[in-house]
Amino acid sequence: MSEHLLEIRDLQARVADGGIEILRGVDLVIEPGEMHALMGPNGSGKSTLAKVIAGHPGYEVTGGDVLLDGKSVLDLEPDERSRSGLFLAFQYPAEIPGVSIANFLRTSLNARRSEEEGDLDVFAFQKLLNDKLGLLQVQPSFAARYVNDGFSGGEKKRNEILQMAMLEPSMAVMDETDSGLDIDALRIVSEGVSTLRGQDDRMGVLLITHYKRILGYLQPDQVHVMLNGRIAHSGGPELADQLEEMGYDWLHEPEPEPVG
Amino acid sequence: MPDNETVTDLGLDEYKYDFVTDEKPLFKAEKGLSEELVRQISAHKDEPEWMLEFRLKALETFYSKPMPNWGGDLSTLNLDEIYFYLKPQDHMERSWDDVPENIKQTFERLGIPEAERKILAGVGAQFESEMVYHSLKKEWEEQGIIFESIEDGLRKYPELFREHFATIVPPQDNKYAALNSAVWSGGSFVCIPAGVKVEIPLQAYFRVNAEQMGQFERTLIICEEGSQAHYIEGCTAPVYTTESFHSGVIEIVVKKNARFRYTTIQNWSNNMYNLVTQRAMVHENANMEWVDGNLGSKLTMKYPSCYLVGERAHGEILSIAYAGDGQHQDTGGKVVHAAPNTTSQIVSKSISKGTGRSTYRGLCKVYDGAINSKSNVECDALLLNDTSRTDTYPYIEIDENQSSIGHEASVSKVGEEQLFYLMSRGLSEEQAMTMVVRGFIEPIAKELPLEYAIELNRLIELEMEGSVG
Ligand SMILES: Nc1ncnc2c1ncn2[C@@H]1O[C@H](COP(=O)(O)OP(=O)(O)OP(=O)(O)O)[C@@H](O)[C@H]1O
Ligand SMILES: [Mg+2]
Repeated sequence: MSEHLLEIRDLQARVADGGIEILRGVDLVIEPGEMHALMGPNGSGKSTLAKVIAGHPGYEVTGGDVLLDGKSVLDLEPDERSRSGLFLAFQYPAEIPGVSIANFLRTSLNARRSEEEGDLDVFAFQKLLNDKLGLLQVQPSFAARYVNDGFSGGEKKRNEILQMAMLEPSMAVMDETDSGLDIDALRIVSEGVSTLRGQDDRMGVLLITHYKRILGYLQPDQVHVMLNGRIAHSGGPELADQLEEMGYDWLHEPEPEPVG
Repeated sequence: MPDNETVTDLGLDEYKYDFVTDEKPLFKAEKGLSEELVRQISAHKDEPEWMLEFRLKALETFYSKPMPNWGGDLSTLNLDEIYFYLKPQDHMERSWDDVPENIKQTFERLGIPEAERKILAGVGAQFESEMVYHSLKKEWEEQGIIFESIEDGLRKYPELFREHFATIVPPQDNKYAALNSAVWSGGSFVCIPAGVKVEIPLQAYFRVNAEQMGQFERTLIICEEGSQAHYIEGCTAPVYTTESFHSGVIEIVVKKNARFRYTTIQNWSNNMYNLVTQRAMVHENANMEWVDGNLGSKLTMKYPSCYLVGERAHGEILSIAYAGDGQHQDTGGKVVHAAPNTTSQIVSKSISKGTGRSTYRGLCKVYDGAINSKSNVECDALLLNDTSRTDTYPYIEIDENQSSIGHEASVSKVGEEQLFYLMSRGLSEEQAMTMVVRGFIEPIAKELPLEYAIELNRLIELEMEGSVG
């Protein structure tokens, strides 16, 4: 049996220190090279799922498992998960004043190199950075800015994608990266993601979105709908069109399994 | 962009402030303070009568003043256990070749030869209370710039020296200024002639290197009309188990249309009491900037000040304080607006880790008649742990209605979201924490010359080691 790239099994999670339960049994499997879209109304738990996958300390897993390449990641720190190939493009990225994007990226890249490899050569880094800036059609001066400090909504999203392009993850979770991007930026970012997937045909993507526009560019293999902490419905790309037309009301939560 | 990191390592790695060279002081005074000692110091330096009298009078002032009852805890400071005067060598050295080998080793570990190679030049280094090495770039001499040890300044330029000495920080100013005035030894004497612009910063390195030694350096800098210069001083001290004491006085006159910047990074060992008085008198249309970094020490009390005495004078104080476990950084700044249209700015950033405590203490005073004066104060504190502490004491005294004073203070903790964000890109928690701290001080670090910015970042990294459990 070949391993799934990402497997989420009956995942349950609540806000840490006994807070409210948010994820109530999520099941999801992504195979290498696949792109899945995750949709669902506000507050249904999409971002929570993304953050739990990445290991956010603010949530506590109360049941189920998350496996990357067949191995559970739940005991790994966020940095270890990142170094195992996981990437999360945040819906609301944090601001780190005083730290340039270039510096941050270089530190991140070096953090995933072994001791024998040593730090990335300055020129090699600069070349890589220039390539990725070019791919995403971002001005070189952008990398000199402080991470998300005073960024517009769209600039923050571009910064997330720049980081994704630099770190070349095997499994990327993109949380509403399309929200806030202008029409041109959406196209450029979508093309950038396609290019990355072209370079690594095993790369998996979980794309959280409210809009079908980005799905027009990226063509997901599957579309899932999250309702109240569970995946309530899954289907092909046509599901996104249905949702756009009819909203979420026609979908109802799966009944809890009968207790007997 | 802050790409300091791309410059090759200055070899500060192995320097975790824990090394001692075995140089033998040629003169070692008794511990403790006395009139006899003050006479000895003065005789030893072959000083004119007026200086001896000045010292003796200052000693009286010191005895008569009570210990300050504000600021940090000085109760464990025992002045009877301190050497007030040490002298490693009798002669001043002019060239690098003449510097004794063991002292060179110490300098090497501090990275000074690199600084030489990079023609940062003009190094005056203070070693055990006295200048032992002093080299001046030729072009500076040609420009008429004076950069001497304070002793040589007094000897060679008696009139200029006497005209300014102790006029900016008189002994009566505070108890520790009085103490310094009585026992001062070492420091620099600098004069930038009118209209002269010095491109390369003047640098003084010094290093305390004897147990229980008090260091009382005294620096006097005169910037004549229209001159421009930057003076840099940095130091580190080895770790010792018993208390150490450093109490310097820095006096600066910035005359009409002159511009001057004084940069310090101090990283004292954790047993050091560091009480320094730094003051600049800023005249008409002149500009003074203090850039001040304080790390280490047990207690630092230091408030660089600008007295804006001429119309349109401008003063700026940028400071960073890092209080590690058990340390107290009581720092800030003082601006006095005593003339119309004067402007000032204080930016203070502090970081407290573990049981460290940082205090911002600032005074902004606007005298009656100093119309259209503007002052802006910004102090930001970053707390790394729940046990860390910070306080802010901004004193504002305004006697002139036509003036504007702004004050902003913020206290922040390294946020969970920030750490998670950085860690989700592969940084360890410690790396993430260090990155947030470096970002926090970046607005000041970028004002430093490259080598110092690297050194500061390196020191912060060392300090952050083991900061997360
Ligand atoms: N740390 C927290 N403390 C309390 N409630 C939380 C916390 N995190 C999430 N929640 C709640 O859990 C629910 C799910 O939030 P989540 O951010 O996952 O929704 P979402 O599906 O991403 O919504 P949106 O489409 O608006 O981004 C919301 O009701 C939210 O208020
Ligand atoms: Mg969300």
